[in-house]
Amino acid sequence: MKVVLLCLGIVLSGVSFAESRSGLEFSTEETRALQANDHENPGMLWADRGAALWAEQCSSCHAAGSMRGVAARYPTVAEGQIVTLEQRILRKRPGLAYESDDLLALTAFVARQSRGLPWQPRIDDRDVERGRKAYLLRRGQMNLACTHCHDSNAGKRLGSETISQGQANGYPAYRLEWGRLGSLQRRLRACLFGVRAELPPFGSRELLELELFLAQRGRGLAMESPAVRR
Amino acid sequence: MNRRHFLALALLAAPGRASAQPNAHVSTTDPLVYSFTQGRTVRAGRVKLEMPRIAESGHSVAMTVRVDSPMTAAEHVRAVHLLAEKNPVRDMASFYLGPHSGRAEISSRVRLNGSQRVVAIAELSDGTFWSDALNIEVREAACTDGGG
Amino acid sequence: MGLVRIHLPEQARRGASVEARVLIQHPMETGFRRDAAGARVPRNAIHSFLCRYNGVEVFRATLSTGIAANPLLRFYLRAAESGKVEVWWLDDDDIEGSASAHLVVV
Repeated sequence: MKVVLLCLGIVLSGVSFAESRSGLEFSTEETRALQANDHENPGMLWADRGAALWAEQCSSCHAAGSMRGVAARYPTVAEGQIVTLEQRILRKRPGLAYESDDLLALTAFVARQSRGLPWQPRIDDRDVERGRKAYLLRRGQMNLACTHCHDSNAGKRLGSETISQGQANGYPAYRLEWGRLGSLQRRLRACLFGVRAELPPFGSRELLELELFLAQRGRGLAMESPAVRR
Repeated sequence: MNRRHFLALALLAAPGRASAQPNAHVSTTDPLVYSFTQGRTVRAGRVKLEMPRIAESGHSVAMTVRVDSPMTAAEHVRAVHLLAEKNPVRDMASFYLGPHSGRAEISSRVRLNGSQRVVAIAELSDGTFWSDALNIEVREAACTDGGG
Repeated sequence: MGLVRIHLPEQARRGASVEARVLIQHPMETGFRRDAAGARVPRNAIHSFLCRYNGVEVFRATLSTGIAANPLLRFYLRAAESGKVEVWWLDDDDIEGSASAHLVVV
C-alpha cells in the first residue's frame, strides 16, 4: 500500500525524475557557442548596461563584487511574499517597468555575477505547492499542462524543435526569436500563449508561483544568465 | 565533337578547373547582381562562405566569409556582397575592404527567412568577381511567441 | 540607448592582422513584425557602418534587415601605430552611434 501511494505521489508531483538538464543541452552547437562567448552573446549588452547603472545608482551602498552568489539564492519567500530577483530590484527601483531595458539590465548584471554557480534558491517544498499545482494544471484551448511537454515529452520533437525540460536557470535570457533579452515571466507568458491560454499579467501572483516552483525544480543546475536560447 | 570541344570538356572535368566555372552561382542579368558587377563574369572560387548546415532559428545565423588574398595595395579584396535568395530583402550586406584590412575575413549573424541558398560575391582589386554559395536548412519555431 | 562592445586584443605586433569584434545593441527592425497590439513595427535597421583606425577607414559595411538584431561584426585591420579604433553607424531613423577603443601596437 505504501509503495502504491509513493508511486502515485511520484507521478503526481510533476518533478521530473530524470536528471535535470539545462536548456543549453537542447540547443545547437552554434547557440551554445554564442552563449559561451561574452563578446558575441547579445545578452551581455544588457549586463553591460546593468554594470553601468549599478555603478551610478547602487554602488554607493552595494559594491559590484558583493553581488556574487546573490542571484543563485533567488527566488525566495520573505514575509509571505514571493521575491524574485526582479521583485527585489523593483523594491529599490519601483519606477521600473517590467521588461524595460533598465530592469532587464540590472537583473542581467546581478544574475551574471552568479554564472556557473549552482542554483540554490532559499525555498523548500512547502513554499512551492501552489506553483507545483499550476505546473500540473491543464490550461488553454489546447488543454495542456507544462508537464505534458516538459516532463513527458522532453527530448522529443515538436515540429522541427526538440522540446526542452523547460528549466529556468538561464533567465533573463537572450532569445533569438525576441532579438532582445527577456525575463522568465515573458517566456512563461509566451508558453501560455502557445497553448492558447489567458496570459497572467507581469508580476502577477500566478507567474510568481510558477517561477518559485521552477526554481525548486531546477535546483542544482548551473546558473547561465544571460543565456542564449532560440 | 571536334578536338577543341573535347579539350574544353576535359579541362572542365579536371578538378580545380571546375571550381572557376563562370556564373556558377549567380545570373549576371539579375539586377541585384548587376548592381555589383555591371555584368562582368562571376567565377566560382577564391571565396569561402561558412554557415551551419542547419540553423535552429532563422533569427540569428552565424556567417563567416573569407577570401584568399594577400591584401596588399597591388592585390586585395575590394568588396564582399552577401545575397539571400529567399529573403524579402535579398542583399543582406556588403563589406568594403582594402589593404588596411590585413585579412579578408568577416563574420556576422544574419536573418534567414526559411531554408534557402546564400551567395557571397567578392570583387577583387583586379576587377574580377568570384563567388561561393551554400544551401542552409532553417528550422521554424513550432511554438511561436505571439510577441508577448 | 544603444550599447556597444568593442573587443580588440590587448596588444598587437606591427603589421599583424588584428581581429576586431563589435557588438551593437540595435533591434534591426525588419518592418515585418507586429507588436502586441497588432500594429506593424516600422523598419529601422543600421544601414551604414564604418571603422576608422587612426583616422583611416579600414572597414565599411552596408547592412540591411538581413543582419540579425544586435548586430555582431567581426573583421580585421592591419596593425600600424598604437591609436584609436573608432566605429560609427547610422540607422534608418537617422540616429548615429559611435564608440572607440584603444589599440596598443608593439
